[in-house]
Amino acid sequence: MKEIVIDAKVENLPQVLEFIDSELEIAECKMKDQMKIDMAVEELYVNIAHYAYRDKVGKAEITFDVDDKNRAVITLIDSGIHYDPLAKEDPDVTLSAEERKIGGLGIYMVKNSMDDVLYEYVDGKNKTTIIKNL
Amino acid sequence: MLNIKKDLNDKNLVVALEGRLDTTTAPTLEEELKAALPGVEDLVFDLASLEYISSAGLRVLLSSQKTMNKQGKMVVKNVSEEVNEIFEVTGFSDILSIE
Repeated sequence: MKEIVIDAKVENLPQVLEFIDSELEIAECKMKDQMKIDMAVEELYVNIAHYAYRDKVGKAEITFDVDDKNRAVITLIDSGIHYDPLAKEDPDVTLSAEERKIGGLGIYMVKNSMDDVLYEYVDGKNKTTIIKNL
Repeated sequence: MLNIKKDLNDKNLVVALEGRLDTTTAPTLEEELKAALPGVEDLVFDLASLEYISSAGLRVLLSSQKTMNKQGKMVVKNVSEEVNEIFEVTGFSDILSIE
């Protein structure tokens, strides 16, 4: 398993995605799956950067693994406020542009583009795991 | 990194995006469009060289679509297979006019 620990700031997003992309390349991930995984990691990471520590800067830890079923397993961990991203209601994606709200899409995209998304709160830490078949 | 190329002819604006439209680059595009869209009646996004889009990028496309619904029309062109899959999972393929 590989991991990085980084200050949870939006401007560190490129470093997070570089880490993920280099691991996905080693795993010979297809381009279209790489984009979906990057997108999912971005949504979850940016949520941590914006909300987990309110006005303070805290750490985000990201782990990457390929399991024995050849699935990419990526976990994002923070020690900020208790927040379950999966508890949010899905937006109505059948609405027209006029009716659609700007925002609220991120976690929906994550759920729809990954094969599994798990959340747990352990020892004061939020742990969100995304799983994608490679 | 995102390169934004704008080509304005009278009331027709073509915006070509090259690179990544994500949380870090979307605000720049949003700013540029805010300045460029007044008076435009025909807006085309050329996504031929767009490598990546996240929900932050989709938000900019959606707000542009809302603006253009009031003042003209908007079309999205040259969408790659990868970007198109993102449009599909978010229902954006029904909202945007994709050519």
